[in-house]
Amino acid sequence: MPLQYTSIREEHLAVRQAAGLFDLSHMGELRIRGKNAQALVQAVVARDIAKLAPGRAQYTVLCNEQGGIIDDLLVYAEEDGYFLVVNASNQDGDDDWIHRHAGDTSVENIGRRTALIAVQGPLAVEIVQSLADRELGGVRYYAFVDGAVGGIACRISRTGYTGEDGFELFCGNDQALALWNMLLEHGRDRGLKPAGLGARDTLRLEAGMRLYGNDMDDRTTPFEAGLAWTVSLEKDFIGAAALRKAQQPSRLLAGAKMLDRAIPRHGYPVIHDGQPVGAVASGNISFTLGHGIAMVYAPPTLSSVGTRLAIEVRGTGAPAEVVALPFYKRSHPK
Amino acid sequence: MAAPLKFSKTHEWVREEGGGTVTVGISEYAQSQLGDVIYLELPSVGQKLESGARLGVIESVKAASDLYSPVAGEVVEVNQDLKEHPEYINDDPYGKGWVLKLKSVTAANSSLLDQAMYEDFVKGQA
Repeated sequence: MPLQYTSIREEHLAVRQAAGLFDLSHMGELRIRGKNAQALVQAVVARDIAKLAPGRAQYTVLCNEQGGIIDDLLVYAEEDGYFLVVNASNQDGDDDWIHRHAGDTSVENIGRRTALIAVQGPLAVEIVQSLADRELGGVRYYAFVDGAVGGIACRISRTGYTGEDGFELFCGNDQALALWNMLLEHGRDRGLKPAGLGARDTLRLEAGMRLYGNDMDDRTTPFEAGLAWTVSLEKDFIGAAALRKAQQPSRLLAGAKMLDRAIPRHGYPVIHDGQPVGAVASGNISFTLGHGIAMVYAPPTLSSVGTRLAIEVRGTGAPAEVVALPFYKRSHPK
Repeated sequence: MAAPLKFSKTHEWVREEGGGTVTVGISEYAQSQLGDVIYLELPSVGQKLESGARLGVIESVKAASDLYSPVAGEVVEVNQDLKEHPEYINDDPYGKGWVLKLKSVTAANSSLLDQAMYEDFVKGQA
């Protein structure tokens, strides 16, 4: 996946206004099968997936014993097991980690033979629908069906990482190029453009979605990262004991908007009353809003909406204000 | 007819405007490498710059990078349009995307490259 095909701004705006096509084949996929599949997934992910019905997906995290986030992922419930979509750079680590707890449950890393192509944007559904063999209107957000798009067998998942409606299509590597070309051909007249890693990052930031490695790592708890909603402490899982004691963290991930033209970036210090109090996790310009935005770690007392902070940009404090996440919420219906 | 452009190895361009004044900008290659420019931090009028001194910062979506003065001189004008339209750097780096003008430019900087030499230099970097 290139950083950009034409321009990050153009690609970003295409996704917000029409649709963008993403090659996410680098993402990792693990398949968990066997009679104890549910018990294994319950033991490794933080969220209670007992009620996750086949055909539905949920976002959650894998934690270590200390409650630090090993990875964030989507858990898809299948008729006979689970399908996990994980970050590319963590796929082997996740595979090893889950294997270690798997007993006789089958864990198969199918990431290297599975391609993933996403179509995201207000026109994404009609573009995919025009090629699909299923009625997709009834596929709710965070649900999926196995079907065909342009005659190519795909898992058709109404999920994404852009803040827009759309689909993520999983298929075999050997079919990916044909699927890509077909989507592009059918979508071009509607404004569909190939979009790269740069736009993926600016889009997910506006949507307040976390990026593993930037916004959290294995020393960050889901409470610090604002992901309490992905954690079910009433069940047992790896890290639960530590997390039960970590519900009042000393830092929180908060949204901040820049009040001048400065561009916040990963690692820049967050300043309050002249003192460093945290750091930028993710930051960039928001093409939709027209100013800089950041997700920052700050003490809980300084992370409520309206708090004035400064972000140190090349030695100077640029004014910023805490705002609610996400920065951008789509207005058109799901 | 405008004077030919000369280039620094740090990818700025200079054009002599007569009377010891030059216009400075960034090259087509540099803008293509930076991608969408979103912000510039530039000096004020009256500031004196040494050749090779940091004159400001250019930020694209990808990263923040330093800009260097390709010659020594005093800032007489800064392109104010870039505040509202930093994308001019991408759209028209040798025209609307000019960055600033310097006066009292004394000696020509002998390390500057002409267009053909600069293009060879860029090919060597790729």
